[in-house]
Parts: sequence; C-alpha cells; structure tokens
Amino acid sequence: MRQRWLSFYAAGAYLFLHLPLAVLAVFSFNSSRFTVWEGFTLAWYEVAWRDEHLLEATMNSFVVAASATGIATAVGTLCAYALWKRGCLWISATLYLSLVTPEIVLGVALLAFYQWLFRHLNFQLGMHTVILAHVMFSIAYVVTVVSARLRGFDRAQEEAAMDLGATEWQAFFRVTLPQLLPGVFSAALLAFIISFDDFVITSFVAGVDSETLPMVIYSMARKGFSPAVNAISTVIVFVLGVLILLVERLRER
Amino acid sequence: MNRLRSYFLAPAVFFLVLLFVTPLGIILGYSLLSRGAYGGVELPVTVENYLRLFDPLYALILIRSVAYAAIATLVCLLLGFPLALFIARSQKHKTLFLALVVIPFWTSFLVRTYAWMFLLRDTGLINFTLQRLGILSEPLPLLYNAFAVVLGLVYGYLPFMVLPIYAALEKLDRAVLEAAADLGARPFEALWRVTLPLSMPGIRAGTVLVFISCLGSYLTPDLLGGGKTIMIGTLIQNQFTSARNWPFGSALSLVLMAIVMLMVLSALRRQEDRL
Repeated sequence: MRQRWLSFYAAGAYLFLHLPLAVLAVFSFNSSRFTVWEGFTLAWYEVAWRDEHLLEATMNSFVVAASATGIATAVGTLCAYALWKRGCLWISATLYLSLVTPEIVLGVALLAFYQWLFRHLNFQLGMHTVILAHVMFSIAYVVTVVSARLRGFDRAQEEAAMDLGATEWQAFFRVTLPQLLPGVFSAALLAFIISFDDFVITSFVAGVDSETLPMVIYSMARKGFSPAVNAISTVIVFVLGVLILLVERLRER
Repeated sequence: MNRLRSYFLAPAVFFLVLLFVTPLGIILGYSLLSRGAYGGVELPVTVENYLRLFDPLYALILIRSVAYAAIATLVCLLLGFPLALFIARSQKHKTLFLALVVIPFWTSFLVRTYAWMFLLRDTGLINFTLQRLGILSEPLPLLYNAFAVVLGLVYGYLPFMVLPIYAALEKLDRAVLEAAADLGARPFEALWRVTLPLSMPGIRAGTVLVFISCLGSYLTPDLLGGGKTIMIGTLIQNQFTSARNWPFGSALSLVLMAIVMLMVLSALRRQEDRL
C-alpha cells in the first residue's frame, strides 16, 4: 500500500524531471511560431541548419570541447594514476576546491588573469583562452572518474610485471593503462559533455571569434522565443543524452 | 619509482597553478585594491570592498541569495528523499530509475533553464492552456520572479539531493528495519525513527551540494529572474561587466567562495567524526 503511494509519487517526480524537456522537443516540430499546435514540420530544424552564425558556433564548440577533452583526459589520467601510487593532500584538495568553486567565480578569476597577462604578453581572448579554461575545470572531473576506477585495482599486478623485468613505464603503459581504458573513456565523455555545455565560464573568456553554441543559445533565449531555439536545444539534449547513456554503460562494466 | 610519479603529476600541477591558483590569487589581490578611474584597479590598499557588503543594498542581495538557496535546498530535500527511497526500494529496474534521474541532470543546464522559460512565459504553455480552458482571463506572471528562480534551482539541482540520499539508503541494512517492525514499529514510525536518522550522511551531503550550487548559481536567476530577484552571481557578473568595479566584484567572489568552502569543510568534518 505504502509502496504504491511511493510509486505514484515517483511517477510525478519523473514527470517533473522530464516533461519540460519533452515539451520543448514536441514544440520544435510545431509549424506555428506560437504555443498553439498547428501541425508537424521540420522547418525549424532547417532554419537552424541554415543559420551560419549558429553553425559557426557549433563548430567552435566542437573544436573547444574536443581539444579541451583531449588535453584534460591525458593530464587528468596521469594525475589520477600518480595520486593512486602515493596520495598528495595538496593536489587532491586543490582539485576538490576547483570542483566546488562556483562557475561565476572561476569565470571572473580567469578573466582577471587573462587581462593581467595581456598587459605583459601579446595575447588576446580567443579560442585558446576558452580551451585553456575548459582544460582547467575538466581536469578535476577526469581525476575523479579515473580514480574511482583505480580504487579497486590490484597493486600486485604492476609489481609482478616489474618482477618479470618490466620498467615502471612499461608496467604503466602495458599493464595498468589498458585495464583503465573504460574509465578513461567515460572520463573523456564526461569532460566533453561538461565542456560542450559550459556557458558561464566561457562567456567571460571568449573573444569575438570564439562564440560557442551555448553562448548563441543564451543570446537567442534572451532576445525572444523562436522555435529554432527549441530545435537546436532538442538536438543538443538528444546528443548529450546518448553520450551520457554511453558513460553509464561504461560505468557498469 | 618517484620519478615517474612526478612526471605524471607535473602537467596537472602546471594547469592548476596557472589557471586556478594564480587567477584566485589575482582576485584576492584585486579585492584589496581600489577601483581605478577607467575601471581598472589602483593603489591604495583598502578593505573598503569588503565593508561595502554591509551596505543595505548589497546585504539585501546576499541575504536574498542565501534565502533562495535555503528554500530551494529544503524543497529539494522534501521532493528528493521520497524519490531516493523509491529507487532504493525498487526491486527491478533500479539502474533505469537511477538513469532517469541522472540523464536530465547531464543534459545541458542552459537548455533545461530555457525549457522553463518556454513553459512559464506569458504566452507559454501553462498560461496558454489555463486561458484556453477559461480558468484564467489574464496570463499569470510566472516568469521573472522569485517563484521562477526557486523552481529553476530545484529543477536544476534535484539530482544532487537524490543521488547521495540514495547511496546512503542503499547501504542501510534491511535487518534493522525488520527489527524495528518486529519490535512493533509501524511503517511510518520505522521510516521516521530508523531510516531517516540512518540516511543522515546522505541528507547532509545532498544538502551541502544543493545549497552551494544554488548559492553560486548564475544562469538560473539571470534567465528566470528579474530585477528584484538578483542573486550574488549576477551581482558579481555586473561588477566585472557593466559596473566595471573589479575590486568589489573580486571581494564578492571571495566571500562567495569562503561560504562555499566553509560549508564543504564542515560537511567533510562531520563525515569524519562519524567514521
């Protein structure tokens, strides 16, 4: 009896979590520009597809997310492995701190830092400043995910490899790393999602030529409502949803 | 042995020091300087930026931020606990039910906030439907107010509450509940006096996570709120853009960070006490 009430409640809670996105997706197929349903159309997807500004921003987002993910995954994996060998309170604490620091604070701090650098170096806001910022906030996520994977890992394996004559490097690259790969891959996917979606930090450190997709969506949402925004949003939710399902699958393994 | 470890740590340390520690250091320095004539920073050193927080205008924004974050956290707790309980007690499809909480959480925060703008605006689905049904003659002002901000925060951070509570409930020994029932506790009594206290670590972790996320949130109050619902995130952003008062903005950032750190540290400390 009580379990049934709980189920009803849970159904409501799941509706609350999913309905807004479902409604958004449904109305991206509406031929009317207004809230009234007038029939199915793919026209808004075409509008979004034809919008060069939007395409350019999407490209930028892919470049930023892919570069930042590549660097952060490599750096974070090595760091997680080193910390697993022997912990370091300072590094762990700093990583943790970067994870809980509000995005707005990271954004303004990076802006202040870049501005300060510009005074001393010939350097401007652009793609590289965005990528560097994204690398910074992604590292902690990568370390967290890879460390979780390393937690149940048997140290004896590397010792055995080294007893058999492997160097430290070989033990890492040929024994530990291959077994870590599912964790590394899910860490990379997470980093990609976080980077692709970031708006707050990016808006502070992007230059005129490095507007990302979230920045364009933000300004469109600010300006007014167009079903084209619904269309892009639906695509983003779909793509990120597929990626996150992949991450979950990898975690189960 | 240690050579490899230092090589592996070096890149991470480099990025963290260059792009996290140094920027925070610069902000700390700026917060103690004066505002320059053209928006930059100048000497002399001063603590005035911190004292400005007591100006009623800014104190109000700070208090409002804490209040919104506290209300949103409480609502998340009330909504999230039963949901976590449901997932923990479900026999089949546990992974699916968990995934259904996690997936929307990872799909674009911006899009999820935009979805609520789409629902709540004057010509949005809710107002449109209510007017069509003849329940309303005028649209209800649902957007750009405190209600929308708190709703957006709850929607955005509910999974942060559900997941730790679920983790705590999962660890709970069923035998304890059976013992409670054997000793005559009614289901509600067992829930209130056994399950709830034993899930406190999860509740505490969820509360801290939701509260700090809400307190530092920028997008939600910016998109769903209006001029009267400004929170500290928007205030910081203003100082660095239109107001061009970087020292004050830096001081605000550090105060926000100090609150967040204190909450996290106290939560970690309590967790250690229990171990």
